Amino acid sequence: MLTFLALASVVLLGIVPEQSQAIVIYTGWERHALLGSDIRLSCSFFSWRWTSEDVTFSWTYRPDGSRDSISIFHYTGGVAYVDNKGPFRDRLEFVGNPGRRDGSILLKNLEFSDNGTFTCDAKNPPDIVGRPSSVRLLVFEKVPIQAGVITGAIIGVVLGLLVLIVVIYYLMRFLVARRVFSLSVSKHGKKKKEGSQQRQGPAPPADPSKVKAAASEKKKQESRKDKK
Amino acid sequence: MLLLLLGIILLHIAALVLLFVSTIVSVWTSSEAGTSDLWTNCSIVNGGYHCNPASTGEWIQAVQAVMILSIIFSCLSLFLFFCQLFTLQKGGRFFLTGTFQILASLFVMSGAIIYTVMSPVWVSESYAFGYSYILAWVAFPLALISGLIYVILRKRE
Repeated sequence: MLTFLALASVVLLGIVPEQSQAIVIYTGWERHALLGSDIRLSCSFFSWRWTSEDVTFSWTYRPDGSRDSISIFHYTGGVAYVDNKGPFRDRLEFVGNPGRRDGSILLKNLEFSDNGTFTCDAKNPPDIVGRPSSVRLLVFEKVPIQAGVITGAIIGVVLGLLVLIVVIYYLMRFLVARRVFSLSVSKHGKKKKEGSQQRQGPAPPADPSKVKAAASEKKKQESRKDKK
Repeated sequence: MLLLLLGIILLHIAALVLLFVSTIVSVWTSSEAGTSDLWTNCSIVNGGYHCNPASTGEWIQAVQAVMILSIIFSCLSLFLFFCQLFTLQKGGRFFLTGTFQILASLFVMSGAIIYTVMSPVWVSESYAFGYSYILAWVAFPLALISGLIYVILRKRE
């Protein structure tokens, strides 16, 4: 049973690459860059085969609003050929490592006319069936705020304020309740003391002021309770 | 009595559903060339839709945030209503519920106003406002009325 499973898995592993022998190319989706800066457009691929010596990378460029694309870079037979006549002459550099399946290029000194779609196509013979992948380049004068930063900030601030208000409200309630509790306990003690002193003899002069203070406190508390 | 309760809850839920639809479906402007919304800009290219994420300006993100906040506050107010229904004393007013609902309506209003003011900047004048925009404006008075009813209502039985 086990040997049958092992054989089946080996056969399947042998068959599957034959059927899904498509090369998968990865580039970014969209790149933002500042005017005048450099940008590295990365391109790599996945293939079931080993990286062959005849691996090729080619980049084409289609400006925004145009339907034609021109070829700007080609790597084949171990040699990289960069654009020397088109819009990127002297601004394009190959910074990839074909041995590690990296066909990235470096664009220097970006201009507004560089806005457009860059397509990378890689071939790893005999694995040649695949779809080229495109990355869109956007050149800005100043880098815009990323989508969602301000959204998140506004939502976070408002919800934070809400939580803060709730916490402060409960804190105030807790503090006031504790103060009322401690005052009532001390008043209880005072009442007991006054009762025992009156039974003993004439009250000392300090007592009426104390009684007045206690009465005013009681009034204050009652008014606070009414407000609530 | 039960009828009144049902009516109030239905009004609240109607406002909430309008808010959800307006935020999620978000067909805020539309024309033959495509739609432009809070979240994506879709244009019809060669017979197929081609959607890009919306521009990353500050104001459209503010509108997004405000619409989401209004949904959150409206949901919170519904939840609070059910809480207060069972815990409030007789004769008490649903102040908290009403406050949250009125806040939600204010958020929708400010979101719709910001979108109205900034839309000439985002889309060309020939675009017409889509139904999500109208739903947002309809949700604002519904939520406001609902909130005011909560504030005025007194708990009975």
